[in-house]
Amino acid sequence: MSEYRPDDGAWSAAAAADDRPADSADGPARSTGGGVTPADAADAARLVSYGLQPKLLPARDADYAELLRRHRDDPAFARIADAVATGLGLVVLEVSPRAGMALAAAEDSVFAVRMGDYARRANTDATDRFLHGLAHLAVAALAFPRPEDLADDGYIGRITVNGVDAFVRQACRRLEERAEARGENTDPASGAPGLEAAWRVWSRRSATGATKDARRLAGSTTGIVGKAVAFLTDSGFLQRTGDDAGGAYRTTPRYQLQVRDMAGSAAMAELLELGVVPVADGTPTLVPPDEGEDLVAGAGLPFHS
Amino acid sequence: MPETARAPGAGCSPRGSSAAPVAFRAGALPRRWLSVPFGPMSVPAPNLCVVTSRHPDPAPPQLSGAQPGAVARPAPGPAADEGLARRLRALACTAPLHDLDVRKANLAGEYTVYAMAEVALAAIDLVTLNMDFDTGADHEQIVNRLLPRVAAQAPARPAAEHERVARWVLENLINVGSVDRGFRAVYGTFGPDGAYVRRDYDFKLVEEVPGPGGGVYLRTTDEAVNVLVGALDTDVTSAQIAAEVKLEVLISRGRLADAQLAAEQARYRTVQYSESLRRTLEATRRNVRAVDWLRTVPDMIAEALDHVADRYRHENAILTNIRRARDEAEDAEHKRRAAELVDIVKDCIRRHTQLQSRLLEAGPLFRAEQDRQAFAAPSARSGLDLYGQLLAPLLPLPVERALPVTDAFFARGTGLRTPAAVRLGDLTDLLLTPPAEREHLGAEMPEPDLVATPDDSRFSEEQLARAMELLDLPPDAPRRLSGLLAEARRHDPELPYLVALLAVHAASPPVGTAYRQGEQRLLFAVDDGTPLDDPEYGGADLVVGTALLDAAGMAADRTEAA
Repeated sequence: MSEYRPDDGAWSAAAAADDRPADSADGPARSTGGGVTPADAADAARLVSYGLQPKLLPARDADYAELLRRHRDDPAFARIADAVATGLGLVVLEVSPRAGMALAAAEDSVFAVRMGDYARRANTDATDRFLHGLAHLAVAALAFPRPEDLADDGYIGRITVNGVDAFVRQACRRLEERAEARGENTDPASGAPGLEAAWRVWSRRSATGATKDARRLAGSTTGIVGKAVAFLTDSGFLQRTGDDAGGAYRTTPRYQLQVRDMAGSAAMAELLELGVVPVADGTPTLVPPDEGEDLVAGAGLPFHS
Repeated sequence: MPETARAPGAGCSPRGSSAAPVAFRAGALPRRWLSVPFGPMSVPAPNLCVVTSRHPDPAPPQLSGAQPGAVARPAPGPAADEGLARRLRALACTAPLHDLDVRKANLAGEYTVYAMAEVALAAIDLVTLNMDFDTGADHEQIVNRLLPRVAAQAPARPAAEHERVARWVLENLINVGSVDRGFRAVYGTFGPDGAYVRRDYDFKLVEEVPGPGGGVYLRTTDEAVNVLVGALDTDVTSAQIAAEVKLEVLISRGRLADAQLAAEQARYRTVQYSESLRRTLEATRRNVRAVDWLRTVPDMIAEALDHVADRYRHENAILTNIRRARDEAEDAEHKRRAAELVDIVKDCIRRHTQLQSRLLEAGPLFRAEQDRQAFAAPSARSGLDLYGQLLAPLLPLPVERALPVTDAFFARGTGLRTPAAVRLGDLTDLLLTPPAEREHLGAEMPEPDLVATPDDSRFSEEQLARAMELLDLPPDAPRRLSGLLAEARRHDPELPYLVALLAVHAASPPVGTAYRQGEQRLLFAVDDGTPLDDPEYGGADLVVGTALLDAAGMAADRTEAA
């Protein structure tokens, strides 16, 4: 995790603009030069403020587009803008015409989203907390089913709420079948809910449920996934494209950046810390061992049905 | 004798042993379950197994009392326990049904007259049979179909109460109110080291699934189908074959009553079989690489096609036989049963055909996905495989250990939120500002210019009422059309035309509609060859009468047919 600390200016600056002169990579906080005027600082802060409005597209705002152009062409200005962002507790993921100024909240930043604010039940119930986190992971996994998709800047993922739920359920079912084939008893010991296998928690929760006011049942898995995609839409990470299968969405460039550069690697680091090394030893995954990493190609993509 | 070492409480103990290893854990259950007072003997349930007795405190394994010598005995290993665990789980599946009858006494109102377990089993039947390949059964439809049975149990009670009972039963089968919408039973097994472990068994009977139109549909789970059919923990294919062999034998011996039972069981099996194939195909569609298209899936499809062909041939043979039985049967009851059997077998064939068309679609679907996914130019960079490297290794972990990973993903994958910063001055201003004029509503709509359409009905409401009154004949006294026309003419010169129209319409009475809607009476007209002698109209002098319908009998019939 330490590689993405907010004060790691060299990283954020390097990620922000690859074609910048090499001397700009030695720290944005210092060495901003003598030619900086308060007006420049105001412009830089304005660029950051545009970046904080994730739904704002550079193509729709001339001022935003102009500031982005200046960020690209004027290394000194770029350094101020990056410094402003870093000072606010933000990580600059990319500055480009397609994504705008893509910012992510650093840990403990005022901009960070806390699980307790996100879902009240998750505060007290570890199971719900896990389900909400897993829903976000599953949305990302289905939006970028293959490693190539996550790497390809031009890729646009498409997901549906029911598709995400079905996809996780399918994975859970395979684990269940596997456990059954091995003759394992997967029922957890009473009074030790934390020892229950993760897949069981999801498959045990009902997929949907009738409610009095015809809304989605919040505690059901489609309700949890629905909440996740609605939240991601507000973050400017997804765009709603239709109402099929519980709601259809497509990804934005920002989401790809966020998953690729922030979330994926952070979760990966945690997983490695647990001593789980995913690829090498052929541990449970949907892939046949020789097929490598591109296993869930097109999983649940709704436009092929 | 290892059996006795773990036997107490495994079956139905007549003494209601307070140390039953199979007990619903109170903490995991919805409030409703808790409304039953605790205590070992406070719920006198004469017909219940100990499965349903609530036992909140995790008492130590029952080494006390009956089996003092068992303490020293080495506990049997997991292999010996497996069959017992399976049976305990099967037993637990029936508990919610028994429990309905126990808890009906706690409902506000006098509901003991209703046999709740019967209604519940009927509901599971209905959901299973209305479950289609794609969707499930509609909630309202199930309630409506349950009503005749509920009504038959207490005919004197109001219909609203019947509906309440039906809904209560269905909601309890779903277990609305628990967060999982499912049930949990606790049972005990011996671990490999001989330690006694209590385990939670979570199951559902009727589950809610999302439908294509955004609706919520009901499906019965495998557990429920197994409870219903009574064949616990059996192989789908072989059970189906067994059921059909039984059917053939029964038919050849002319025992149609049993044959119908067997045919219905065969149909449940067919539904269950379709369900497992549907899941496999769904997975195939989503996930080309994850499924072994070289061997496993083609084998599976070939096997399923063989199965369909086999069943199709088989069921057609049965159909031919039953048709013959139906046509040759002398006894009206036999005839009726054979006819019902024909319907059931036809339904089986329909379901198999549906299955077959799905199987045939699988190949082209695979090739299309293969085109899209495998033949694209490879990317120069390699990225993180979110599924294979993150999600898949995560799922088998215990929740406790998986939590830091999902938390990390959540914290960095949700984006940012700009916190609201409020100045007191702004807030005061905001609160004191009068609400803005709502101009965004747009221009005022012009008052629509409505023109009253002329009433071009041929007959007035009054005339219709008069004609209906005229045709409201007592069931034991049909009348000739000529007489009716003459009487109508005395009231109104236009009326005979309407009466004649209604009479002609009644010559082909809507019997099917009346049957479905449970009408009490039906107007009919019969031509007995007498010509009509009337100045205005010609044709047959119809005999017009009213037939009384047996509404209760039809309702019962409908239920049985369902």
